[in-house]
Amino acid sequence: MTADAIHRVSARAPDARPVLHPISRRIMHWLNALAILLMIGSGWRIYDYYPALPLDFGFPYAYTLGGDLSLSEALNNEDGLANALAWHFGAMWLLVLNLAAYVVIGFLSGHFRRDFLPLRFSAFRDDLLAALRFRLVHRLGEYNAVQKLLYWGVLFAIIITILSGLSIWKPVQLQALTSMFGGYEFARIVHFFGMAAIVGFIIVHVSLALLVPSTLVAMILGRGPHRAHQAGEKRP
Amino acid sequence: MTRPVLERKPLVAGIERRLFLRQTLSLGALVMLSGCDISDQDQVQSVLHWLSRWNDRAQAFLFNRRRLAPTYSESEAVRDFRYNAYFPIAAVPRLAAADYRLELSGLIEDKRPWTLERLYALPQQSQITRHVCVEGWSMIGKWRGAPLGSFLQRVGADLSAKYVGYYCADGYYGSIDMPTALHPQTVMAFGFANETIPAKYGFPFKLRIPTKLGFKNPKWVTTLYVTNRPTGGFWEDRGYNWFSGL
Repeated sequence: MTADAIHRVSARAPDARPVLHPISRRIMHWLNALAILLMIGSGWRIYDYYPALPLDFGFPYAYTLGGDLSLSEALNNEDGLANALAWHFGAMWLLVLNLAAYVVIGFLSGHFRRDFLPLRFSAFRDDLLAALRFRLVHRLGEYNAVQKLLYWGVLFAIIITILSGLSIWKPVQLQALTSMFGGYEFARIVHFFGMAAIVGFIIVHVSLALLVPSTLVAMILGRGPHRAHQAGEKRP
Repeated sequence: MTRPVLERKPLVAGIERRLFLRQTLSLGALVMLSGCDISDQDQVQSVLHWLSRWNDRAQAFLFNRRRLAPTYSESEAVRDFRYNAYFPIAAVPRLAAADYRLELSGLIEDKRPWTLERLYALPQQSQITRHVCVEGWSMIGKWRGAPLGSFLQRVGADLSAKYVGYYCADGYYGSIDMPTALHPQTVMAFGFANETIPAKYGFPFKLRIPTKLGFKNPKWVTTLYVTNRPTGGFWEDRGYNWFSGL
């Protein structure tokens, strides 16, 4: 039984609120969140072993994924990189398969066309100016032009990060792809900035979801909270 | 033979950092809301291990025995190549050329050991390829050596077997898949940068495999064997992926 069906059975009257996110999209959203978190956590530790950028910068070990360092040395005689790599090359399957399902379903179901298009520059400019003046009204279930561009942008960033990652992983078998990213060394830099773009998106995305919690409720339960609690409406 | 792996880091600095780490929330702790990193749970280790075996199969499937590693120009080759092993350069094995014998074992017809003189008389070829380390650094070098595939053929190795394994003078060990062993760029490298390969890079020879990560390019090789039984390896037994193809 789907969550929607449960809701229908338990509700006294038929629920008039539209389903904003079908169950498939909600599952894919949270699987993607998990995969991205695992990839970034393990990727940060991998980065630390040989930074791609010529900067004196590393991620604090406490924020990386790959096990306790002393345990790793005691048990495996290994200084903590193997686990991070195992996470990275394990979670990549979840990330890629889930994303592929999302893109295919997004196209076929009309989700992309309906919710992320059209995207016009004038609408983006107006919405961005309104957002900067804190005057952009959030309408649940309808994306403004700034949101639309951010969603296309993060989709692009994830795809670029995956492709540059593949060209680091397989610079011989996928050498045409590696050359497209400017060779092995440059692909590492692209991979890093792809990650940085995704992290930037996550910061904005999570902050806004916490500012407008009804969006978070909708991504968990499928529908927004009770009508009376929605912004812009008066309680009866 | 002792393996000085643990001596790689200053001990005191390491302990201080570890105490700090233990008292700090890790990403794993955030996920599990528990005091220890999820990576260290046995069940998680089993899943990661299973995924690594899956990745061995995926990489074997991706491997094309006719696809050559990109080659570079003479001017791009680095002469002062990075020394890399699990012990300091002072501990490098220094094998005497006169006493050296390459032992052969397993599914090989002619198991007579090879002297260096006979090995160096094998037909050789040069390659300028990129060495990619599992840690992320890479370097272009020029190696010269005898293709491993022709050598295995010459000694009557069972080329339908699954693995070619190696033991080294420093206690290092491991194995590669047969398709990679037969790849035209997989060579027993007797030369580096137009000279005989020096001790720090693996004298008397290093297996140079440009389709594998650096740690699957063993130095100071003393034994080669052919087998159908999966074997681990020095770093593979410490959690690194076995196939580790590029």
